[in-house]
Amino acid sequence: MVLVFAESPRGNLKKAAFEAVTYGKKVAELLGTDCVALTLGTVKDAAELGRYGASRVLNAGDASFEKFDSQSHAAAIADVAKNNGASVVITSHTSTGKAVAGRLAIRLNAGLVSGVNSLPSVEGGALRLKKSVFSGKAIAEYEINSPVKIISLMGNAVKPEATGNPVSVENISVSTGAGRIRVKDVKTQEGRVPLPEAEIVVSAGRGMKGPEHWGIVEELAEILGATTACSRPVADSHWRPHHEHVGQTGIAIRPNLYIAIGISGAIQHLAGVNNSKVIVVVNKDPEAPFFKAADYGVVGDLFEVVPRLNEAFKKFKASN
Amino acid sequence: MKLLVCISQTPDTTAKVSFNADGTEFNAAGVQFIMNPYDEWYALVRACELREALGGAVVALNVGPASNETTIRKALAIGADEAVRINAEPKSAAYTAKQIAEYARNEKFDIIFLGKETIDYNGSEVGAMVAEYLDLPYISYASKLDLNGNVATLERDIEGGVEVLEVDLPFVVSAAKGMAEQRIPNMRGIMTARTKPLKEVQPVSFDEPVKAVRFTLPPAKAGVKLVEPDNMDELVRLLHEEAKVI
Repeated sequence: MVLVFAESPRGNLKKAAFEAVTYGKKVAELLGTDCVALTLGTVKDAAELGRYGASRVLNAGDASFEKFDSQSHAAAIADVAKNNGASVVITSHTSTGKAVAGRLAIRLNAGLVSGVNSLPSVEGGALRLKKSVFSGKAIAEYEINSPVKIISLMGNAVKPEATGNPVSVENISVSTGAGRIRVKDVKTQEGRVPLPEAEIVVSAGRGMKGPEHWGIVEELAEILGATTACSRPVADSHWRPHHEHVGQTGIAIRPNLYIAIGISGAIQHLAGVNNSKVIVVVNKDPEAPFFKAADYGVVGDLFEVVPRLNEAFKKFKASN
Repeated sequence: MKLLVCISQTPDTTAKVSFNADGTEFNAAGVQFIMNPYDEWYALVRACELREALGGAVVALNVGPASNETTIRKALAIGADEAVRINAEPKSAAYTAKQIAEYARNEKFDIIFLGKETIDYNGSEVGAMVAEYLDLPYISYASKLDLNGNVATLERDIEGGVEVLEVDLPFVVSAAKGMAEQRIPNMRGIMTARTKPLKEVQPVSFDEPVKAVRFTLPPAKAGVKLVEPDNMDELVRLLHEEAKVI
């Protein structure tokens, strides 16, 4: 069977978990087997995972899982995988999944391909999987030959499909060592969707001339339900908080729509955003390198263009 | 304080990426290679800062051929005290992790540092694997690391925020932006790097469970479609009807 570790940061299943189960269901279909979801700790609405394709939902409810430790999490997932004869184990390619997947590979003596962005092809007993490498400049295809295979799934690579029905959650106990990491505090931004999960990202750069001008960008994000981001010079000048910095040293994102305002598009910036499905660039310099990576471009003064764009989106939203 | 920093050599960020005709190997001709930025700017520099404050030694470790020694010397110039090169092509994350773990197993390092990922294969796999081989705690994407005696306080980047945690030595940590500031090696560092010890170690054998089948370049973009700056209704229409993203 295909085992999906459905992560639940602070007790809540989020998009990453729904994507992973949707993907796990499709992999299970390819292999002619079932998709089983595993949750750890106290998890709200775990039965919902049935709607995304899990035929069973297992929960190991030990309260220690509510604070993340890759060691105890991996031990538990590996234990369940072994006890149920899992041939494929899937995690999300998130801060949680990345820390766990490598450990699972060693524990289960399994091959791992991380950050996979499409369905595998089955080659006899092997699986072939594709991922983006060289910061989006190339695509690699890997083949896993070990009996057990580990996959971590890139965010926004599949759309969650809730076509099934909820299933009742089976409580299980797992053998795990106590974690050695003591989580003291979790500080998260309230309100907006975190950047790695966002489907629309509105990002601005030095062309904004100063932090006091960000109102039009915030407004655009508000209209679209988008998350705001910025370029490195903007974060380094403290015009915007560091957690908004997208690019090679910042956060790598792959939204459906990336709107870049007043960002020239240095290669280090592109490395973090060039997996976006559609890129819109607004820049007054027609020679800005970003136009080469863009799908749609507007050459013009952002202080005139963005307010007009906001009005156009408002009109669109009002009539759709 | 005994600190290990695992450094990887990667093509420069601005390098043109291409592959051989059958797509099985990266084409290194004319490519400038550098130390993976996360390894250099954050992991190595923070390790050097801790050694400067607390004493001990920083060991830089690279899995790679002799041609990587320029990159290894740079780590010594930045401040590592000694270096080890495991003489093998780093064929995969799993292979590299195995080599690192076998070397580190008997060395009793207090902290094993890596960068959050390499900028070539973007796997973020090696740190978790090394930690599992050595049965150590692993803190990934750490943007802050402070040490008080035997206890480290770290901040770890998570989706939409940070997690603050404590852990006792020893542990494995992968470093992200914020942990330290990039250091440019000075002339004295470059001079002393030449005479610092660089030991060569032979690799252990490893059965590869994953093989790279093929590398391809992404399909070229169709080219930018320009919209007049006074016609934003048209841009919205295109995003809705053509791109279908709103």
